[in-house]
Amino acid sequence: MTSRTALLAATTAAFAFAATHAAAQVEIQWWHAMTGVNNDVIEKLAKDFNDSQKDYKVVPSYKGSYPDTMNAGIAAFRAGNAPHIMQVFEVGTATMMAAKGAIKPVQEMMREAGEKFDPQSYLPAITGYYSTAKGEMLSFPFNSSSAIMWYNKDAFRKAGLNADAPPKTWPELFEAAKKLRASGHPTCGFATAWVTWLNIEQFSAWHNVPLGTKSNGMDGFDTEFRFNSPLHVRHLQNLVELQKDKTFDYAGRTNTGEGRFTSGECPIMLTSSAFYGNVKANAKFEFGTGMMPYYPDVAGAPQNSIIGGASLWVMGGKKADEYKGIARFFTFLSDTDRQRWLHEVSGYLPITKAAYAGTKGSGFYEQNPGRETPLLQLTLKAPTENSAGLRFGNLVQIRDIWAEEIEAALSGQKSAQKALDDAVARGNQSLRQFERAVSR
Amino acid sequence: MIDRRSGPDWFAHAVLWTGILVMAFPVYLTFIASTHEPSTIANGQMPLVPGDKLLETYWQTIFVGPTRTSRMPVGAMMVNTLVMALVIAIGKICISIVSAYAVVYFRFPFRRTAFWMIFMTLMLPVEVRIYPTYNVVASLGLLDTFAGLTVPLIASATGTLLFRQFFMTIPDELLEASKIDGAGPVRFFVDTVLPLSRTNIAALFVILFIYGWNQYLWPLLITTRADMQTIVIGIKKMIVTADALTEWQIVMATAMLAMIPPVAVVLLMQRWFVKGLVETEK
Amino acid sequence: MEKRAIFRQRWLPYLLLAPQLAITLVFFYFPAGQAVWQSFLIEDAFGISTEFVWFENYQALFAQPQYYRAMANTAVFSVSVTVLSLSLALLLAVMADRQIKGANGYKTLLIWPYAVAPAIAAVLWLFMFQPSLGVVARGIRALGIDWNPLLNGTHAMILVIMAATWKQVSYNFLFFLAGLQSIPRSVIEAAAIDGAGRTRRFWTIVFPLLSPTAFFLLVVNVVYVFFDTFGIIDATTGGGPAKATETMVYKVYQDGKLGADLGGSAAQSVILMAIVVALTAFQFRYIERKVHY
Repeated sequence: MTSRTALLAATTAAFAFAATHAAAQVEIQWWHAMTGVNNDVIEKLAKDFNDSQKDYKVVPSYKGSYPDTMNAGIAAFRAGNAPHIMQVFEVGTATMMAAKGAIKPVQEMMREAGEKFDPQSYLPAITGYYSTAKGEMLSFPFNSSSAIMWYNKDAFRKAGLNADAPPKTWPELFEAAKKLRASGHPTCGFATAWVTWLNIEQFSAWHNVPLGTKSNGMDGFDTEFRFNSPLHVRHLQNLVELQKDKTFDYAGRTNTGEGRFTSGECPIMLTSSAFYGNVKANAKFEFGTGMMPYYPDVAGAPQNSIIGGASLWVMGGKKADEYKGIARFFTFLSDTDRQRWLHEVSGYLPITKAAYAGTKGSGFYEQNPGRETPLLQLTLKAPTENSAGLRFGNLVQIRDIWAEEIEAALSGQKSAQKALDDAVARGNQSLRQFERAVSR
Repeated sequence: MIDRRSGPDWFAHAVLWTGILVMAFPVYLTFIASTHEPSTIANGQMPLVPGDKLLETYWQTIFVGPTRTSRMPVGAMMVNTLVMALVIAIGKICISIVSAYAVVYFRFPFRRTAFWMIFMTLMLPVEVRIYPTYNVVASLGLLDTFAGLTVPLIASATGTLLFRQFFMTIPDELLEASKIDGAGPVRFFVDTVLPLSRTNIAALFVILFIYGWNQYLWPLLITTRADMQTIVIGIKKMIVTADALTEWQIVMATAMLAMIPPVAVVLLMQRWFVKGLVETEK
Repeated sequence: MEKRAIFRQRWLPYLLLAPQLAITLVFFYFPAGQAVWQSFLIEDAFGISTEFVWFENYQALFAQPQYYRAMANTAVFSVSVTVLSLSLALLLAVMADRQIKGANGYKTLLIWPYAVAPAIAAVLWLFMFQPSLGVVARGIRALGIDWNPLLNGTHAMILVIMAATWKQVSYNFLFFLAGLQSIPRSVIEAAAIDGAGRTRRFWTIVFPLLSPTAFFLLVVNVVYVFFDTFGIIDATTGGGPAKATETMVYKVYQDGKLGADLGGSAAQSVILMAIVVALTAFQFRYIERKVHY
C-alpha cells in the first residue's frame, strides 16, 4: 500500500517537477548582424548551447546590417522590449557604454551570476577595447578582426618583385605599387578599404601616436582629436600624390571596393583580416598576407594594431534568472575548443589566450599561412595608451566626416593639412555634442 | 493634322524613337547583365548581347536568393511585396471610399473638421516625420510585421478627395429614388454608389498598387528581418554589402523581376491608369 | 457646393470615418507632434537623458554650413530634374501629338517608366555608370574623362539627376500629351489659315494654352524631387561623396541614424513640414481650387 502510494506520489512529483521545469525554460533573445557563413556559425552556437542544457534557450535573430541591428535595438529599448543580447559593431561602443541603465556590464553580470570569469584569460588587445579604463569588461568580444595587407603573389612575380617578401614599410610599398602599376595594373597599384579605419585609426595605433586625448577617449567623454599631426598629414599627402597617377586608387569608404583585389585589378589591398573567406573563394591567383606597413623613421613603430568587428552587449532591465542564462552562454562561448572552432572556421580572431595557443600548437597556422598575421600584429607589443583601442561617441558619423575630408584632399579640393585640420575640428564638434547629449 | 503632309512625319518619328530607345536602354542593359556570369560583369567585360546564364540566374534568384547576403529567395520577396501592395491598394480604397461617403452624404458635428484633418495629411509625407513615426510603430510592436508595413500607409487623403469629387457629381435624384424605395445609407452605398464608382476604383487601384509596390523609405525603416524584405529593399541590400562581393547578375535579375508586375499593371490597365493619374491630380 | 439629399443617421458617419481618422491621428499627427516636441530637446540615443533646450537645435542647424549645402543640393537637384524632365517630356509629347495614328502606341511605349520604383531606376543607372564595371562608364572613360562618382561630387550629382529625370519624363509626357490633345483643333486651324507656321503656332497658341498644365507639373515635379527621391539617393550615392548629393530629406534621415542627433533631425523635419505646407498652399491658390466648401 505504502509503496504504491509512494510510487504514485513520486511519479506525480516527478511530472510536476518536469512540467514546471520545462515551463520555466528562459528564452534569451539574441539580435545579430551576421550573414552567409557567419550566420550559420551563430545558428550552430545557439543550437549547441540549447542542446547542452535545458534551462535556457538562446534565440538568434538576424536584424540586418550592423547599423540596422543597432537602430532596431535602440528603438526596441525605447519601446520597452529590448533583446537580451545585441551584437554591436565596435564603432557603436561609446554610445552603448554611455547608456547607463540601458546596458548591463558583462563583468558585473558574470560576477553576480556566479560564473567563473577571469579577465586575464582573454587577449588584452581584444578585451581592452571593450573595457573601462580600470579594466572592467563591459561587453563580450564576439567577432574581432584586424587590418592587414593582402597581396597578389602572381602579380608580384610578374612585376619582378619577391612574392614571399611583401613590403614592410610604406616607402617600400609605394615602390612596389609603382612597379605593379607599370606591369599590368594601370588603374590601381594599391588600395585600402575602410578608408578611415586603415588610414587614421589603425595608422595611429600602429605608429604609437595618439588619435585623440584621454587614451583615445577610453578615459572620458571630454576627449579631443589629435590626428592632424605632421605624421598623419605626411601620410595623407603621400596618398594624394599617388592618387594622381593611380599608384594609389581610392576604393570607397567601406569595403565595397574589396572586389577590386579579387578581380585582380588592385594587386595590393589593405583591409580586414575577415576578408579571408572571400579571397579564398574568389581570387583566381595565389595570394599572401603581410602586416600593415609603417614609416620606419617613426620611433616606436610598429607598435600593435587594434581590432575591428563587433561585441555582444547585454541589455539592462532584465530579470536575474535571465542574466544567469546569458552568463552561462558567455561561459559556453569562451570555452577553448569552441573558440578555436569559431576562429578556424569563421576567419575572426580567437578571444582567449588558450584558444590562440591551442590553434598555434595544432599547426593550423603552418597549414594556413596568413591566418596568424592579424594575431601577430595585435600581440606584437603590449598596448600603450595610443593602441589599446578607441572610444568616441557618434563615431559612425565622425567616420563619415573624416572620409569626406579625405575625399576632399584626394580630389584636390583641399590640402592634406587643411583636410585633417577640418576633420579634427568637425569631429570635435560632434564629440562635444555627444558629451552634452549623454551627460545630465 | 493641319498641314496636309504627303508622307509620315519622319522627324517626329525619329525623335520619338530616340526617346523610346533612351528610356529602354537601362532596362536592356539590366536584362543583359542578368544573363551573364558575375565575374564577367565584375571585371567590366560585359558585352552588349545576352549571355547564356538566363535560366540559371533567374532560377537561382527566385528560389535561392543571393548567397552572401540575406539568402532570401527573391520569389519570397516578391510575395511579400505583392501582399503589401495589394493590402495597401485595397485598404486605401476601402477606407477612403467610406470616408468620402460619410463626408458627402451625412451632416454631423465636426464634419468639416474631420475632412480638413484628412486633407491636411497631404502635407505630412513620411519624409517629414521619419523618426517619430518609426518610434510610434516600434512602441506598438509593429516593427517587422505586415501590419506595420501596411496600416500606416492606408490612411491617405488622395483617395478620399477623389471619391469626394466623384460623389459630388452623382445626381441627387438617385438618392431621392433610393429613399423612396426605402433604402438606408448602406443599401444606397452598396447598390448605387459602388457600381457607379467602378471606373474610379479601377483607376485608383492601378495608381495605389504601383505606389505600394514601389515603397522604399517606409519598408527600409521598419523591417530588418530578411524574411520581411520587399523586393525593392531587397535589391538595395544586395548591393550595399559588408564582407562580400555584390552578385550583380542576381541584383539585375531581381531588378527585372521587380519591374515586371507594376509595368504589366500599367500596360494592361493603361486606360484606367491614365484616368487615375489625371483624376487624382485634378 | 453641397448635397441637398442626405441621410439623417447620427452615428453611422462616425463609424465610417473612424478607421481613417484613427490611423491619421496615430501615424500622422501624433508623430508630427512628436517631431515638434523632440526638436526642442537634446537627448541621447536611448532616451535616458533628455534636456529641454528651446530653440538651440534650430540655432545649431542654421549655424551649420552643411545645412545650407543640403539646401543648395536640393535646389540644384530640383531645378535640374524639373527643367530637364519637363522639356524632354514636352518635346516628346509634341512629337507624339503630331501623329494621327500611333499616338496611342507611342504613349504605351513611353509611359511605362512611371511604374518603375525610383530606387530601381537608381540601381539601373548606378549599374550603367559604375566606374569599374559600368558599360556607359567605360565609354566615358574611353573618351578620356575620368568618370568617378565615388570621389567626384559633380559626377555623383549628375548620376542622380539622370536617374530622377528618366523616371519623371514619362509622367510629364502623359500630362503634356493629354493637355495637347485637349486643345481644340479649331483654334490651331484658325492660326494656320492666318498663315502661321508650325513653330509660330506652337509658341503663340499652343504653349500659352498648355501653361496651366505646365505650371501644375512644375509644382508636382518640385515636390517629387524634394521627397520622392529619397530612394534614388539612398540606393546610389548615400548622400556622398562628401555629402555632395545630400538633400534636405536625406539629411533628416542621416542625422537621426543611431540616435546621433535626434533633436537636430526633428528640427529639420519641422522645417520640411513648413516647406510642404507652403508648397501645397501655393499649389492650391494658384492652380486649382480642389476644395469647394
